[in-house]
Amino acid sequence: MSDYRELKTRADERWQELVAGDKPWIRVGTGLCGEAAGAVDVVEALKAELSSLGLDANLSEVGCLGLCYTEPLVDILKPGGPRVFFKNVTPEDVLGLLSGYLADGELPAGKALGYLGATAVDGLTDIDSMPSMKLQERIALRNSGHIAPDDIYQYIASGGYAGLNKALFGMKPDDVITEMKDSGLRGRGGAGFPTGLKWSFMVRSPGPPKYILCNCEEGDPGAYNDKGILEGDPCTLLEGMTLAGYATGATNGIVFIRHGHDGPINRTMKAIEQAYEAGLLGSNILDSEFSFDIEVSLTGDSYVAGEETALMESIEGKRAMPRIKPPFPAAFGVWGKPSTINNVKSLAYAPEIVAKGGTWFSTIGVEKCTGTVILCLSGDVMYPGMYEVPMGLPLRVAIEELGGGVPDGKKLKIVQLGGPLGHVLGADSLEHSLDFDSMKAANAMLGSGGVIVADEDSCAVDLARVLVAFCQYESCGKCFPCRLGMTQLLDFVERISRCEAREGDMEMIESVGNTMKAGSLCFHGQLGVNPIRSAIENFAEDFRVHLEEKRCPTGSCDRPMLAPRNTRPFGQEFKPGQVPLQIA
Amino acid sequence: MANEPTTERIRSALASQKQPSVTVLSSLLAAHDDLGYLPDEAIDEVAAFMEVSINDVWGVASFYPNFRFVPPAEHVVEVCWGPTCHIRGAGSIMQQCMEDLGLSSEGDTADGSVTLKYNTCLGACSQAPVISIDHRLHGRTTPETVQGQIARLGDGVG
Repeated sequence: MSDYRELKTRADERWQELVAGDKPWIRVGTGLCGEAAGAVDVVEALKAELSSLGLDANLSEVGCLGLCYTEPLVDILKPGGPRVFFKNVTPEDVLGLLSGYLADGELPAGKALGYLGATAVDGLTDIDSMPSMKLQERIALRNSGHIAPDDIYQYIASGGYAGLNKALFGMKPDDVITEMKDSGLRGRGGAGFPTGLKWSFMVRSPGPPKYILCNCEEGDPGAYNDKGILEGDPCTLLEGMTLAGYATGATNGIVFIRHGHDGPINRTMKAIEQAYEAGLLGSNILDSEFSFDIEVSLTGDSYVAGEETALMESIEGKRAMPRIKPPFPAAFGVWGKPSTINNVKSLAYAPEIVAKGGTWFSTIGVEKCTGTVILCLSGDVMYPGMYEVPMGLPLRVAIEELGGGVPDGKKLKIVQLGGPLGHVLGADSLEHSLDFDSMKAANAMLGSGGVIVADEDSCAVDLARVLVAFCQYESCGKCFPCRLGMTQLLDFVERISRCEAREGDMEMIESVGNTMKAGSLCFHGQLGVNPIRSAIENFAEDFRVHLEEKRCPTGSCDRPMLAPRNTRPFGQEFKPGQVPLQIA
Repeated sequence: MANEPTTERIRSALASQKQPSVTVLSSLLAAHDDLGYLPDEAIDEVAAFMEVSINDVWGVASFYPNFRFVPPAEHVVEVCWGPTCHIRGAGSIMQQCMEDLGLSSEGDTADGSVTLKYNTCLGACSQAPVISIDHRLHGRTTPETVQGQIARLGDGVG
């Protein structure tokens, strides 16, 4: 059975049963944020109480609605009723939700967050009218938190695979690329290269096989939106990859994920299995001439594995070290075959772009930076979360309205943007807009959407040393300017943080950074000096106090920084002090 | 399963990989998932299974810091040291863990019951500071909550 209309009919029937049947539907957010907040115990408690109360209900584990601060978030849809959300639910609250709300309709005090649905509920807020939802424009995350990621029929019922059906039976591969170009979508991995153009590079490459590689390495500390998509709605990624395959003439797709993140990995694998069963992957998809396969490839712990050529090395089972370009992946990619590498987010937009048209997408966001950006807002903010907002949103709005500002009446001091290779910015950065070009003009970068906020109790030197330590730890070791340079930068910044800086250290940071930029193959070495350099630029006073007054202005640096040091490429036996050319 | 000879166990772990692309890295991950570490036999078996040299396999195994080469402790505690967790107090969480486990850095406790590890990002930054105990995430931790959790691990071990 692989006719789209048949699939859709079956999906709609199942969906109607869920939302308009006679059983309540309970959804619990069990993404990484939910899990960390204790959602797994809540699910267990729900199962136990449902059975001990003798209540019959559908129970689904869903992805993140974006409001991570409300996790564990449970919502209950009663037959004929609205969908009511309960925040920060603990296993102890479960009985109250079930016997109180589900059976008797009584809202437990202080637990209700709001409702979703056409009819208003007395005393409750419409979730969509809350600032943290109203400012969002959810496209890649449109289904996250709403559908069960382990049921492909819920995805189809929500409009899934309409785009692929339209492409396979109404569009030539070139038309799909044209739609992508019209959409103006730029790659969301950080570099911002136009996705449609990238796809077009591989069209004329010889095949089969040709590969669509999806990059979900996502090692950026502070960003978890790729994993968020896989947890909330893995099917949208699979459909996006299949569309990319159709457009470029690729035969195989590989989803590249770091091992250990079991939630995203298992949900993706389950979705792939279901797509094969439904005839949405494999030979003759939806009875068309087009065939496409997708598999998951796991990698070990390595940040550089997210770099596109290192990613291909890792898929081939080798050390994740970048290759020299050219040849470029579109000609010589994984296993020497033509490959196109896209970030999860870029691919997740494709189904909606094809279904609704590139022009529709191009009206969202700002000129030259169309669509949305998925922010992972964390640190010292009231409402940390994963917010999908139109490109061009001012950073101030993101932090103050979405994030609710800095808690406890403290002042915002630092904004860290663009991941560990990004920048340490001051409060004046709030005036910038969140899009590729404005960020570049402001000498910063958007990266993959991580926004880390620190209040006045933080010291920029302290934050810089953590970022430098991360880059040092994660250098793959291939290019010596990066391998040794990062170690030197870490020595400098640690000395500064201990107020033991030597004469010339500040100048050496600049010089080592320039060498790394000139002599490294990939962005890791080229941009590795960014955090420390931008911290020096934007927080001259913090550095001056360390250097001249020999103290940390906030005391943050007085606590020892606990972090591992790089072991690459020396293997596991490396001991500190063995680094050659280390300036001690 | 524990009584099965290691070589047999490794071979069956390698042979049971379901994905189409089987590589040195995927084989190492499969063996590591099964045994919890990579004994020398695992390196030899992966080399034989993939028809590459032992050096090639070591090259990959030594690159990825998630691989360990001594038998695993009963429990693993991972402490996130990403920038968000750092700002929110990861340092004091790590210190508490080290104190409670009698360690001065990451590593295994003397009785082999707990492994303490740094993690560069556990992916739940909104719940910082985050730790992971036996692969289950725990967010919004404080030194006090962590102390309780580690004490409970000890009770379980006896």
